[in-house]
Amino acid sequence: MTTTGDPAAKPARPGKQRAPQRPGDLIFSISAKAAGVLILVILAAVALFLIVQAWPAIQLDSAELAEEVHWIGEAQSLLDYVGPLVFGTILAALIALIIATPIAIGVALFISHYAPRRLATSFAYVIDLLAAIPSVVYGLWGGLWLMPKLYPVFDWLATNLGFIPIFEGPAADPPRTILTAGIVLAVMILPIITAVSREVFLQTPTLHEEAALALGATRWEMIRMTVLPFARSGVISAAMLGLGRALGETMAVAMVLSPGLLYSFLILRPGQQQNIAANIALKFPESSGVGINVLIFTGLVLFVITLVVNMLARWIVSRRAEFSGAN
Amino acid sequence: MKRIRYGRIAALVAASAIALTACGSDPVESGGDNGGNGGNGGGSEESLSGDLAGAGASSQEAAMQAWIAGFGSENPDATVTYDPIGSGGGRTQFGEGAVAFAGSDSVMDDEERAAAQERCGGTDAIHLPLYISPIAVIYNLEGVEGLQLSPATLAGIFNRQITNWDDPAIKADNPDATLPNKRIIPVNRSDESGTTENFTEYLAATAGEAWPHEPSGDWPLQGGQSGAQTAGLVQTVKGGDGTIGYADASQASDLGVAKIKVGESYVEYSAEAAAKVVDESPRAEGVPEGDLAIDLQRDTTAEGTYPIVLVSYLIVCKSYEDAAEGDLVKGFVSYVASEEGQAAAEQAAGSAPISATLRGDVEAAVESITVGS
Repeated sequence: MTTTGDPAAKPARPGKQRAPQRPGDLIFSISAKAAGVLILVILAAVALFLIVQAWPAIQLDSAELAEEVHWIGEAQSLLDYVGPLVFGTILAALIALIIATPIAIGVALFISHYAPRRLATSFAYVIDLLAAIPSVVYGLWGGLWLMPKLYPVFDWLATNLGFIPIFEGPAADPPRTILTAGIVLAVMILPIITAVSREVFLQTPTLHEEAALALGATRWEMIRMTVLPFARSGVISAAMLGLGRALGETMAVAMVLSPGLLYSFLILRPGQQQNIAANIALKFPESSGVGINVLIFTGLVLFVITLVVNMLARWIVSRRAEFSGAN
Repeated sequence: MKRIRYGRIAALVAASAIALTACGSDPVESGGDNGGNGGNGGGSEESLSGDLAGAGASSQEAAMQAWIAGFGSENPDATVTYDPIGSGGGRTQFGEGAVAFAGSDSVMDDEERAAAQERCGGTDAIHLPLYISPIAVIYNLEGVEGLQLSPATLAGIFNRQITNWDDPAIKADNPDATLPNKRIIPVNRSDESGTTENFTEYLAATAGEAWPHEPSGDWPLQGGQSGAQTAGLVQTVKGGDGTIGYADASQASDLGVAKIKVGESYVEYSAEAAAKVVDESPRAEGVPEGDLAIDLQRDTTAEGTYPIVLVSYLIVCKSYEDAAEGDLVKGFVSYVASEEGQAAAEQAAGSAPISATLRGDVEAAVESITVGS
């Protein structure tokens, strides 16, 4: 699933030496190469744009910055401003991941190993459909439908589990908090984690599964012994893909969160955290001059975070590959 | 749909280009026309043509769209565009001569005045208060209607010093109401906005020590409920129990609207009361003749005024060298100030129509704009 590069590379090499070349081959190889190069060029152009546009903000010292951008406090450096945003972005994405991953694994296992074939196909289709819903709609759904239903739950959490620091009350009413944002994000990243996990589960060698069953394993034991170990790296990369989406989500977060710029773990209180993308969307319309450069700098930080998360996912997958049941 | 619109714009551009060329080819005759236009008060009989560009406050955007549409239907050959880049950007562009008029929530500073003077060929630029948008204090509290609040109580609530609805301060303002023992959830705008700026200006001007913060477009406190844009704020107020917020009065919908203490009585928001505070306020000091910039008296005690308003200006030159541009500006501003224009803005943006007195002043100011030199 994740190493699509290798199989394609092998037959290409001998082809260069002796296979007859038709015009179609040439055209196809050139256009494929161009598409590959184009994506790199676009990525580089985006990175360059972010750096160039963020530069005016980076090179100012904090006093100048406070003078140019009125929503940056005095003696607050650029990093002081970005810090809480990075914190909020990661917190929201982590909450989403903690909620979504177990559910996604369950759904994927159900589709790949429990549901009857016909049901599984249509069920998988419905899950994929979730990914096609625009995030504004998720924002509306979270704000108008979900929130009134969440408040009693949050209130219960704050009253009964308030001794745990993160659940300290009183719960926000309406619950426009990072936990709500996390829940909405969890629903949004569910389809991608499910889809990738499902594909990986389906790739478990049938011989492994049959061997486990033949040794007297129940279905659950079979899944635990063969499917899950085999799929571990795939599931991790699926979760990381979901994390990537959750990190960059804008509208849904902007619509359900009362933002604040604090390093706060209070997930039931309003106005504590904010994520980078939603902050840009919120601040951009009324910003000008260096303010825009500061916002673009936060975008650059988000770009770097997403890059690091993806590289981390690759690294975990490659490290785990040898331990998985695949070999 | 899109193609049709592009076609229409292209046609307008083409038509106005032709019209402009016609003007340019015969300056003497067009000068004569201008005199006629000025005489009959902004060309309501002869239709105007050409392109007119403005830029500035986003608060006026909805009203401006209605004005552009209304003006366009009276003068099919004229095209007015408005770029809602923000008050500061609008004033800068006006000073640079990039646009013929600016929309602005605040008055120009000395530097901007100097730039405007240069742009206006040595004459001054003037402010015309043509967009008055009342800000309502909205709340969602079951069983309490007609809540009355004094400025100090209001500030205490939004400064989170008064945290419960049965607080003695609120009781003192509402002797007859039964107030529940419920926490108050103040809701502010999460994005920077003119509404927040005017609301905090009001609190700073009237509440004294109860409001220790500077007026600003960004809400000064952290860690509270907030919503993006007016719609997000209203939705947040609706979504909670015991919430209170502030929003354009037109968006208050079915929420409770608090009466605000002015002088000795509590005033309910109304378009007339909002327009009245503008009339009651004196003109700003040290402005050139014909400039209608006002020094908004937020702490007024005049009977029947509603002081939480956003006043936005159109900034125009007292003289336009380019006759076609000047005529268009005069025609457009006359339309905006007319009863019809103000009614269009009220319908589109929920603004409060300006009073007849103010209209008279604006008309006189527009009349005095000289066109062509």
